[in-house]
Amino acid sequence: MAFALSAERENELDQILSRYPNKMAACIPVLHLCQDANEGWVSADVIAFVAGRLELSTAQVKGVVTFYTLFNEEKPGKHQVWVCRTLSCALRGSEDILRHCEKKLGVKQGETTRDGKVTLRTAECLASCGTAPMMQVDKKYYENLSMTEVDRILDRLLYDGDA
Amino acid sequence: MLKRTDYLTKNYGKPDGWKLAAYEAAGGYRSARKALGMSKDAVIDEAKKAHVRGRGGAGFDCGVKWSFMPKESTKPHYLVINADEGEPGTFKDRTIMEQNPHSLIEGCIIGCYAIGAHACYIYVRDELHLSKERLWGAIAEAKAKGHLGARPFGKDYAVEIYVHTGAGAYICGEETALLNSLEGRRGEPRLKPPFPAQYGAFGCPSTVNNVETIAIMPTVFEIGGDAFSKLSELHGINDGGCRLFGVSGHVKNPGIFEAAVGLTLRELIFDLGGGVLDDRAIIGVIPGGSSCPIHKPDEIVDVAGDPRFEPYNGKSVLDLPLGVDTFRGIGSMLGTACAIVLSDAADPVLAYHNVMRFYRHESCGQCTPCREGMGWIERILDKIVAGTGTIEELDQLSDIANSVMGNTICAFGEGAAQPALAFVRRYRKELEDYVHNGGKNQTGTLTT
Ligand SMILES: Cc1cc2nc3c(=O)[nH]c(=O)nc-3n(C[C@H](O)[C@H](O)[C@H](O)COP(=O)(O)O)c2cc1C
Ligand code: SF4
Ligand code: FES
Repeated sequence: MAFALSAERENELDQILSRYPNKMAACIPVLHLCQDANEGWVSADVIAFVAGRLELSTAQVKGVVTFYTLFNEEKPGKHQVWVCRTLSCALRGSEDILRHCEKKLGVKQGETTRDGKVTLRTAECLASCGTAPMMQVDKKYYENLSMTEVDRILDRLLYDGDA
Repeated sequence: MLKRTDYLTKNYGKPDGWKLAAYEAAGGYRSARKALGMSKDAVIDEAKKAHVRGRGGAGFDCGVKWSFMPKESTKPHYLVINADEGEPGTFKDRTIMEQNPHSLIEGCIIGCYAIGAHACYIYVRDELHLSKERLWGAIAEAKAKGHLGARPFGKDYAVEIYVHTGAGAYICGEETALLNSLEGRRGEPRLKPPFPAQYGAFGCPSTVNNVETIAIMPTVFEIGGDAFSKLSELHGINDGGCRLFGVSGHVKNPGIFEAAVGLTLRELIFDLGGGVLDDRAIIGVIPGGSSCPIHKPDEIVDVAGDPRFEPYNGKSVLDLPLGVDTFRGIGSMLGTACAIVLSDAADPVLAYHNVMRFYRHESCGQCTPCREGMGWIERILDKIVAGTGTIEELDQLSDIANSVMGNTICAFGEGAAQPALAFVRRYRKELEDYVHNGGKNQTGTLTT
């Protein structure tokens, strides 16, 4: 079935459009809106929808989608975990955190747990270097991480389904 | 010299400190009201007197940048705020957006007025969800109070501010890539000229400023440009006021600290950062984001024939005031003034590898020297770290970095080549140890 937005999200789309002098400028915010409404990924249907709505070619929209790391071209897990591995975090133990997550989730970075609950990723500096090591879970930052804290977070994702 | 200030940070950490009530209780929005009652030229002149050097990394004088905007033009003008904060080690703008968003909103009103813009876009990297929420909240509060919108403070000068979001790409922090991204395109840097002041957002005259550059403007108009500039020890060399300094890595008390310009790395690390973790020795300090060269603590300032450096020659680089021109003068860069500290627990070769992996990952790929160069550097370092690199390859690192310098569309090239060169120059012995002994005399870890 072709992709469509709920009335509420349509409203949000109109609001986004009203902020810019042309439709193309809404491309990234509208892609975010649609990705959120589409289980976290940008399908061919979503691209067609956005292209139609913003009067762009699908090639243009696809070009944008492939450029930015936060647009998923495949469906991710229900939750996404990003472990920052850039220098300030690495100096504070992010490698250990990443290895711990891999072991606990039973996946390698970039992969999703078999039950589809969690996708584990690495991130480059998330502007949290003073509270390293850190990770982002969905839209939330977890900072000054200890292994116990990491365990608690992952347990909640795996068993309660909530961060 | 350490001189703490609290213009931007006074409400940090207070309950509801980011809300309009707290901001106004501390005198907020008086400056925008004042500025909108002045002529545009007078506003730009006042900003020039403050000598606010761009806080986004390049250190360009903000008032001077504003004065580049065309005075007469038929096209709309735009103010674009760079809130893409992604330079490794840098985490200051986020604190402003989360804990003092009204300072940025008020600064945007002043900035819009100065450059003849009626619309401002704040480009926030997508990951900073709390920042976006706080900014939208501040915009709504300011609008409801009549500080923003069709007639701010009852004055006939409409200003609208919008939060725009990226989607994960370090390169979008480069100002022309950011403009492309704002326009809904791939975030690839543009060739300059034309500069944004001529041809910026949507083909219109635009000014791109960093979050902190704009957020400090209300303070400038509160205390006066000249008085603001004089807070700084480097006032005499046109580097004025106070700024946010950050420190991360191997220090006991990492964080963001507001202080007058003139602070030294030693003060930042020991007085503000609480000293080195486990009281170890420092092996390297990156002054302001990973695009700046790394320095060893035993480096001595020695700049001949420049009277500005007379007071500092013969001193350790750790005792050189953190300023745009002081660091440029020693062939380094102040960048974002957020330092990264490596103690002797850290293996500099692994740090080098980490930094260059970042640049390989983030190159946008438009320029062959940058795209290929970063790939080569990373592959050589992969081999060196694995103990299979050769001296010949080690020597190639500088050659590759040198061939990136000056041969690219945007400053990412230099920003990546500078650390590439600095690490080989300063940790040649450790790199050779990896080549000859598989690094067995190194710590083999980055953590303490
Ligand atoms: C690769 C690259 C990344 C950059 N990232 C940022 C950034 O995240 N935030 C920022 O304010 N400036 C960044 N800059 C600097 C901007 O291009 C620009 O100089 C700055 O936003 C201008 O604002 P200012 O004059 O107020 O500092 C970056 C530059 C380059 C070359
Ligand atoms: S220097 Fe690198 S990041 Fe900048 S435009 Fe060229 S390829 Fe892209
Ligand atoms: S290095 Fe991890 S948040 Fe900056």
